[in-house]
Amino acid sequence: MEFLYDLPVLGFIFQLAGYLVGAVATTNLAPQTLQLATPIALGALCGVMNERSGIVNIGIEGMMLTAAFAGFMVAVFVDEAMPDVQPSAFFGFTPALIIGVLAAVAAGMLVSLLHAWLSISVRADQIISGTVINIIALGLTGYLNRLIRPSGSAGTFNSFRPPQELIDLPVVGWIFRMFLSLGPISMSVIVLVIVLQVLLFRSRWGLRTRAVGEHPRAADTVGIDVIWLRYRNVVLGGVFAGLAGAWLTLEFNASFQNGMTANRGFIALAAVIFGRWTPLGAFGGALLFMFSEALGVAIRSNPPAGELGVWLSGVQSTYPSLYNNAFSALPYILTIIVLAGVVGRSIAPAAVGQPYVKEGTT
Amino acid sequence: MSVVRRIWSLSVIPLASIVLALLVGSILIIASSPASQGSLDFFLPIRAYESLFEGATGLSFLNIEDDGVLAFGLSVDVERALRALTSTIVAAAPLILTGLAVGVGFKAGLFNIGGTGQVLVGGFFAALAGAAVADQPVPVAVTLAVLAGAFGGALYGFIPGALKAFTGAHEVVVTIMLNSLAAFAIVGLVNDVFKIPGPTFARTGNIGNAALPILFGRDGSLGVLIALAIVPIAYFLIYRTTLGFEIRTVGANPSAARYAGMSPRWLIVFTLSLCGLFAGLAGTIEILTLGYYPAVFGTTIGFAGITVALLGRSHPFGILFAGILLGGMRAGAPAMQIQADIPIEIIDVIQGLILLFLAAELVIRRLLRIRGESVTPGELQSVSRSYGEGSA
Repeated sequence: MEFLYDLPVLGFIFQLAGYLVGAVATTNLAPQTLQLATPIALGALCGVMNERSGIVNIGIEGMMLTAAFAGFMVAVFVDEAMPDVQPSAFFGFTPALIIGVLAAVAAGMLVSLLHAWLSISVRADQIISGTVINIIALGLTGYLNRLIRPSGSAGTFNSFRPPQELIDLPVVGWIFRMFLSLGPISMSVIVLVIVLQVLLFRSRWGLRTRAVGEHPRAADTVGIDVIWLRYRNVVLGGVFAGLAGAWLTLEFNASFQNGMTANRGFIALAAVIFGRWTPLGAFGGALLFMFSEALGVAIRSNPPAGELGVWLSGVQSTYPSLYNNAFSALPYILTIIVLAGVVGRSIAPAAVGQPYVKEGTT
Repeated sequence: MSVVRRIWSLSVIPLASIVLALLVGSILIIASSPASQGSLDFFLPIRAYESLFEGATGLSFLNIEDDGVLAFGLSVDVERALRALTSTIVAAAPLILTGLAVGVGFKAGLFNIGGTGQVLVGGFFAALAGAAVADQPVPVAVTLAVLAGAFGGALYGFIPGALKAFTGAHEVVVTIMLNSLAAFAIVGLVNDVFKIPGPTFARTGNIGNAALPILFGRDGSLGVLIALAIVPIAYFLIYRTTLGFEIRTVGANPSAARYAGMSPRWLIVFTLSLCGLFAGLAGTIEILTLGYYPAVFGTTIGFAGITVALLGRSHPFGILFAGILLGGMRAGAPAMQIQADIPIEIIDVIQGLILLFLAAELVIRRLLRIRGESVTPGELQSVSRSYGEGSA
């Protein structure tokens, strides 16, 4: 195999592949990717729910931020009210954390309700509605955070520790490590993705949702209540944005900072487009995007051997900041490439962005 | 319809939105007053808005006695008023430009969310050019730096324009992606390539003579003049030239424009480049006032441009007023934070609320029984509706 590494140009690719196989098998690259992809995938599920029903959602960022704030504040409040509770051995559950997650989900749904009302009932421009949500969320959480200045913290959920024998299994061990050594919200993502994928393409609700997103007039003609279905889907989509927010302040971090979503909502939007408006595709997009991020971390802590490693460390020592940012910038570049149709085509639901007016009404 | 009635019909919904936003803002201030003042304070919004107004205009119409009693009484201090008004117009200048960057796009049926990225790239180009010509005579240095900034912004508007025109990639998503991309790329470039030794944080070299000359007051720079000059130019271009007519036609009806022999593609490329140029100038003014480009340059003027454009009904003169209004809020906010102890972020909330009520204009109309013209530009209908058509 070694001779492959010495090929000109192609050798680099083989070296990278070799490094990846090693890194996946021995380091935390795979679980880390899935962990970082959690908020992106959840945000993308929110986007899929919205856009499959014909509602543009660029407000995922604001929904996540509001949920992160609400979840954190409620969790801290409950934690102060009952200080003597010991975390459960199972994921470190405490009443504060669980109520915090519920609050985050409720906040996500509430903000989604605003988006639904503006987009569906008021028939406001849906892109402006999303912008409104992003601006108000940033301002309101910043304002309240500065006012309340929470001192405490409700801690975080713990990651599950799968039995060592499972991880050490040859060939498939890394899969168990990837999907099992995670916190509860991250672990639920894969289930949610599959459930939503099946529902969207195999259930009556899914068929109706897609019909409403592609051709609302036709859906209306066969007796589907377009307005009600769109409302329901947008508000249910808020559940995912809420979970993404909860992940930020109750699983990944134990604190809230202003603007802490740091464009994750926009990467989620990119994942929706990248995944062609399907839950599985969006999940794949989220994994790919965050794999880039996780790979950057892995290479830094554990550089590959050989020519590739020499080249990478050369680049890294000359341009450290550009080198690190390149891994973070990849999702945005890939999305533009996909949108421009260079690699495959991504076609949105036909009715997305169009407010629906029932015939005979004004 | 007389001119007055026409202006009234155009401005009634923006005015109602501002009033409603201030009302909802005051409810928020009262509700959160226990956290800031220790007890529920129903007069806090009055004090807050008064200090905001005073910070923006220098005019005070309330006196707070030592025992906390509020007494009305206009007090005018000419010198202070001039200082406050200068800071308002200085804060307004970049907002007017980013407002134009969004509003002119609306005219062509384009939603330019990329103001943030165009501001960053414009400012970055201006900083690099400024540092390169720092030792040239002032007129030469300033001109070159400003031109470089305008070019940088236009270039960053050209990219989504060309992608939209020739591949169909929707400008909303592309510009959102370009915003983040600009931030990452510039941080990397400043840290790795253009950092100068000396300062404790990474930044580009001093711009020296390229700094915008101060024309009036403490900080009334040439930037204010640039912004104020661009407004009538934009008006003339859009409403008084053939090119402007073509831009508006493409916005109103792209197929009609095509049948009339216009080239929608090139008009899209041109308009988004022009939008980028305006936003780039906004960044240029910010950076040529600051004196260098810091590696991490956070700015919200790009997104605020959306509020400015809608509040100003995407008309250059409307945008001028909207920019001055939001500029006044920004200029007055620090005074409010000091005097009424209210976090400065309330300004963002109020701006968001203004945008919310503008978006919900149908409701406002019914609520207040007013008949004004629609705030959301008609050209915009095709924007959200074409969202799904990316690369189809």
